[in-house]
Amino acid sequence: MSAFGAIARRDVQVAMRRLSEAANPLLFFVIVTTLFPLALSPNADELREVGVGVLWVSTLLSSLLAMEGLFRADADDGSLEQLMLSPVPISVTVLAKIAAHWLMTILPLIALVPVLALSYSMPLAALPIMVGALVLATPTLSVLIALGAALTVSLRRGGTIVGLLVLPLTAPLLIFGTRATDFGLHDEPAAGPLYLLAAFAAFALALGPLAIGAALRVGVE
Amino acid sequence: MMEFLRMGGEAAYVWSAYGITLAVVLFNVWWARWTHQNALERARAFSSESRAPRKPTVRQVE
Amino acid sequence: MRLPRWFHLLGSPPFVYGLAGRLVPWLGAIAVILLVVGAYWGLAVAPPDRVQGEVYRIIFLHPQVAYVSMMAYVVMAVSAGIGFIWRIKLAHAVAVTAAPIGATFTACALATGAIWGRPTWGTYWQWTDPRIMFETLLLFLFLSYLALRAAFEDRDKADRVSAILAVVGVVNVPIIHYSVIWWNSLHQGPSFMKLDKPSIAPEMLTPFLIMIAAFTVCFYWLLLNGLRGQIVERERDTRWVKQLVEGREA
Repeated sequence: MSAFGAIARRDVQVAMRRLSEAANPLLFFVIVTTLFPLALSPNADELREVGVGVLWVSTLLSSLLAMEGLFRADADDGSLEQLMLSPVPISVTVLAKIAAHWLMTILPLIALVPVLALSYSMPLAALPIMVGALVLATPTLSVLIALGAALTVSLRRGGTIVGLLVLPLTAPLLIFGTRATDFGLHDEPAAGPLYLLAAFAAFALALGPLAIGAALRVGVE
Repeated sequence: MMEFLRMGGEAAYVWSAYGITLAVVLFNVWWARWTHQNALERARAFSSESRAPRKPTVRQVE
Repeated sequence: MRLPRWFHLLGSPPFVYGLAGRLVPWLGAIAVILLVVGAYWGLAVAPPDRVQGEVYRIIFLHPQVAYVSMMAYVVMAVSAGIGFIWRIKLAHAVAVTAAPIGATFTACALATGAIWGRPTWGTYWQWTDPRIMFETLLLFLFLSYLALRAAFEDRDKADRVSAILAVVGVVNVPIIHYSVIWWNSLHQGPSFMKLDKPSIAPEMLTPFLIMIAAFTVCFYWLLLNGLRGQIVERERDTRWVKQLVEGREA
């Protein structure tokens, strides 16, 4: 457990030192969610209808932006190899890095969502379900992004292809996350999709690190 | 025969579906053949270039 | 434990190249015969449906092509996994060959499904139908596999990295199959792949099954056919390939 904590803490500290880089996904998120009402329609009712989808898709796209920090920086300066040579199992290393990434990149995005949701005229009562669904869906999202980053870690310009790999796999998260949020919006029970999101998260966190570790081993050799 | 081709008025749907499927199968047949021929040609070129006499890398001393 | 000789032979590229070469004409003949017989039976012999009229005849194409697309993915994932774990290059060759076949068959399944959906469900596409969505995801998985391979210059690395992607994605295949049981959707429940009697009329069952056999044989025909090109490509600098191409020149 202490290895997990140490690696996670180190990644958080590194991210803290480059806060301007960490701000990029947040700014992207704000800009994209601002562009949609300009492009679609400022009508409050219509905005409420599209708001759920727009916010979810924007969260997905913005999370992709910060994935470089997951493995590439460490692969470039050799610390990834050192981590893999250490007695700490790769799965633990991977989980620690994913946890740090989620904390520093995705949690701030989720924190911004209620504010932006208000700009989409979404009722206050729907916000807890939306945030809850995001909290349940984003661990799986982090695992998928980490998988994409690990598969392309040895590529010089892997950035563009990661989107191609990861985004189709996030479709189920999008479907059930927006369904849960829609239920919350219309005061219907959202337990079903939320449970499913939780199940995805459990599955991804349990098995994802194995695949990610294998991908890192291939990428670094 | 005309009744067969008309397919009860839904000819467009039935024949386009069968047509697309046929096209997909034919495309895959062609693709397999093309990649095979291509690979053989490249292997031939590779083999003849490695058989070509190479200039000696050591210069003769006069 | 001594492994049987054929086991080792299956890892030998020249052996598999020769074997595939001998099997391909037979598989091709069987596939063509089955396809022609099945298509004729389905189009001309089987009676029109009580509900759907003539357009139901797409039932002799769409489920079969979709089934083959899922089988293609499993073949790709299993062989990529075998290649990854046991470092057998031939296994990766099989995976690479299966990918474009699978992708085109998946696209065909989606297209024939859309064409069938318009007169029967009233719409070409239904975003909330889980089977359509997960089959589309399958198409993306095939394309991602090929795209990821293309990004790597070193073929070995490309093989191993894309193998991980292939294996991770295989979880989609059972999801496609069970999606109609788990969720309410436009797709009806399974009428064939279930444990009791098939709920389809017998005059329609025969061409249905013939087409399943036809497309399955067709898939393996295409796979072995494409595998030969892939083997030559990978083994370009070996003696047996040099002899092969020189022999052809003579």
